Amino acid sequence: MPHIEVHDVSLIYDTPAGRVVGVEHASFDIEQSEFVCLVGPSGCGKSTLLNIIAGFLVPTAGEIRIGGKAITGHGMDRGIVFQDFAQLFPWRTARGNVAFGLEMKGVPAPERERIALEHLRLVKLERFANAYPHHLSGGMQQRVAIARALAYNPSVLLMDEPFAALDALTRDDMQKLLADVWRETRKTVVYVTHNVAEAVYLADRVLVMTPHPGTVRCQVPIRLERPRDPLSAEFIEHQKELLRRLGG
Amino acid sequence: MQSIKAALARASKRWGEALRTAFPFVVVGALWEVAARLQIFPVRLFPSLESIAAAFVRLTISGVLPHHAADTVLRLIVGFALAASIGVATGVAMGRSRLAEDLALPLVSMAAPIPGIAYAPLFLLWFGPGNISAVLLVGFASAFPIILNTWTGVKAVKDVWLRSALALGADGRRLFHEVILPGALPYILTGLRLGFAQAWRILVGVEMLAAVSWGLGWMIFGAREFLNTDVMLEGVAVIGMIGLTLEKLVFKPIEDFTVVRWGMMT
Amino acid sequence: MSTFADHTRSIRRAAVSLFLAAAAYESIARSGVFPPSLLPSLVAVAGALVDGVLDGSLPAHALATLYRVLMGVGLAIAFGLPLGILMGRYRAVESFVLPLASALMPIPSLAWVPVFILWLGLGNATAIGIVLYAALFPLLLNAWSGVRAVDPLWLRAGSAMGADERALFWKVILPGAFPFVIAGLRQAFLRAWIAVVGAEMLAASDWGLGWIIFDAKEFLRADVMLASLAVIGMIGFAFERLIFGSLERVTVLRWGMVRTAKR
Repeated sequence: MPHIEVHDVSLIYDTPAGRVVGVEHASFDIEQSEFVCLVGPSGCGKSTLLNIIAGFLVPTAGEIRIGGKAITGHGMDRGIVFQDFAQLFPWRTARGNVAFGLEMKGVPAPERERIALEHLRLVKLERFANAYPHHLSGGMQQRVAIARALAYNPSVLLMDEPFAALDALTRDDMQKLLADVWRETRKTVVYVTHNVAEAVYLADRVLVMTPHPGTVRCQVPIRLERPRDPLSAEFIEHQKELLRRLGG
Repeated sequence: MQSIKAALARASKRWGEALRTAFPFVVVGALWEVAARLQIFPVRLFPSLESIAAAFVRLTISGVLPHHAADTVLRLIVGFALAASIGVATGVAMGRSRLAEDLALPLVSMAAPIPGIAYAPLFLLWFGPGNISAVLLVGFASAFPIILNTWTGVKAVKDVWLRSALALGADGRRLFHEVILPGALPYILTGLRLGFAQAWRILVGVEMLAAVSWGLGWMIFGAREFLNTDVMLEGVAVIGMIGLTLEKLVFKPIEDFTVVRWGMMT
Repeated sequence: MSTFADHTRSIRRAAVSLFLAAAAYESIARSGVFPPSLLPSLVAVAGALVDGVLDGSLPAHALATLYRVLMGVGLAIAFGLPLGILMGRYRAVESFVLPLASALMPIPSLAWVPVFILWLGLGNATAIGIVLYAALFPLLLNAWSGVRAVDPLWLRAGSAMGADERALFWKVILPGAFPFVIAGLRQAFLRAWIAVVGAEMLAASDWGLGWIIFDAKEFLRADVMLASLAVIGMIGFAFERLIFGSLERVTVLRWGMVRTAKR
């Protein structure tokens, strides 16, 4: 059974300017531990779709199942990382942020601290456990956000263009780190991006989305050995293929 | 050797700063003293700094000044505590519930632009002279900046924090305590600061309206009868000092320990 | 996301809220639990309001109060703005004025009323003096902050384009400091308003909205008091919305310069 099943999901917004289609008739499945990227230009509905899977938006039609059960709103089986690195709580240290989900789950304090530190180690920030977010750089804050989303062990990790606001060099480092983290934790990941190279680097499969109306146009598997080399010929071939599917 | 030089440099810098801060006061003080001694204005109306200081000492020793000051500060604390609790509660309700906001906002916006002191005679009429009127008026009038700022703060809690917290399993009361309150704190503290300044202003005015028999405002106003300008001026100085002290001792440390430490405010 | 339906619902609720509050007050007033001199019905208050307007007394008092506010704020602008700007430009001025201003600012303006009465007597001079004191500091400090907050980038760009000291001052620093100045004006007005009402109550000068309220207490005329409170509220509201709102719209909002709160 696929881990995540998206059945014919549509969302229509009611705006003062009339009804706007956010996303229409999106259907696809995602297997356990698969890394899937939603790629497309602005307005194609990829963020909308991610938010629906997260449970923050309710679809006008269609259904989403995780582990066979239909989702109703947000839940602790899914972790989410947003693009805005101000998503961390400024009034808690890095460790305090990461431990948040565990607190909500009622995990006792010593256990919490241990797990939080472990996850900070996973993203290579254990030395900054007691720092407040405003003392950390953008890239470091995003790493803490990833650790926070993973600490309470959700089965799914949802990421909405998490590295888009970082400079190119930091972004490359973060992509490598994410690939390592995924290899170690084996979560099912749904990753939204408009950056084709990023999608080819990270994903097992890419869902190409197009706007007007927002739909899943097609799916492109990425069969490259990891670790992937962005400068290799096969990599660039895949990129070209994706660009073709997006453009035409 | 280097560290001694550095320490000396630091010390002299601090001395320099202290002198620079004191300089304007020295100049103004000197001008005042000269004007007072030359008796440009009648001595009763324009006392020398010496007599002002003497009045201060005299009243402190006799216990009169501490009594006035204590009564004023007590009223301030009670009135402000009232305003803070009602103000924050109302502001939070308005920020979280559209219904509460729709119902409360028109009433709050209408009452807010009216200076608190304008209600003083009304309160005196309703509750009679004395502590109750003063405390209620202070509580009422200083609640408005607190309500408005808290409301703004709760609404300004970043969406990305709320969503993250929801995804992390927080809900209802835990969402409120762990995310909304700390998130709105910079605004709440600003509101409390403004409310406090408001409370102080109104209290002094109410005490002057002969609502009480002990209090700094009353002391100053009463001194007018006997042309005791020295008492009045030292009363004014005491009021200024208390206000400044409370601000430094109470608000600044709270701010430093919370929102400044978290980088939410500088 | 707020929709049109939400908006109309808010307006409806506001109307309901005001209606309910008025109805609650009216029923308590008419119940006879409190004497009508203390808790007059809204009809009586409206009556006092109309009477006051018709016989010219309310407008006269309102004008007296307005006169004092405008004079006091005008003086504060005349002294405070230039001084604040000088503080922002010249370190020496700042070092001299700032400690004095910081020491005086926390003292509530009303604390000075008895002193001013002794020095300036009862009446206009005292009232205007208190308003001046109250309005001075927000203007001073905001002008100062405004000048300091002018983005050095703008100054560099201006110089690069050939502006000299004077041109920079008039064409870059002053407009750049404008959002702060407007904020200062708003605060100054607010404090001026509070100061004038208090001063009028205490400096018993026979004229002014503050004085009416105080005087009405002696005669147990709560209806007059409430009517005057309503007038004060309306004038304050009008100032806020009409004058400051449009001033902001025509300048800083149009230039996209409104300061936002941190984060």
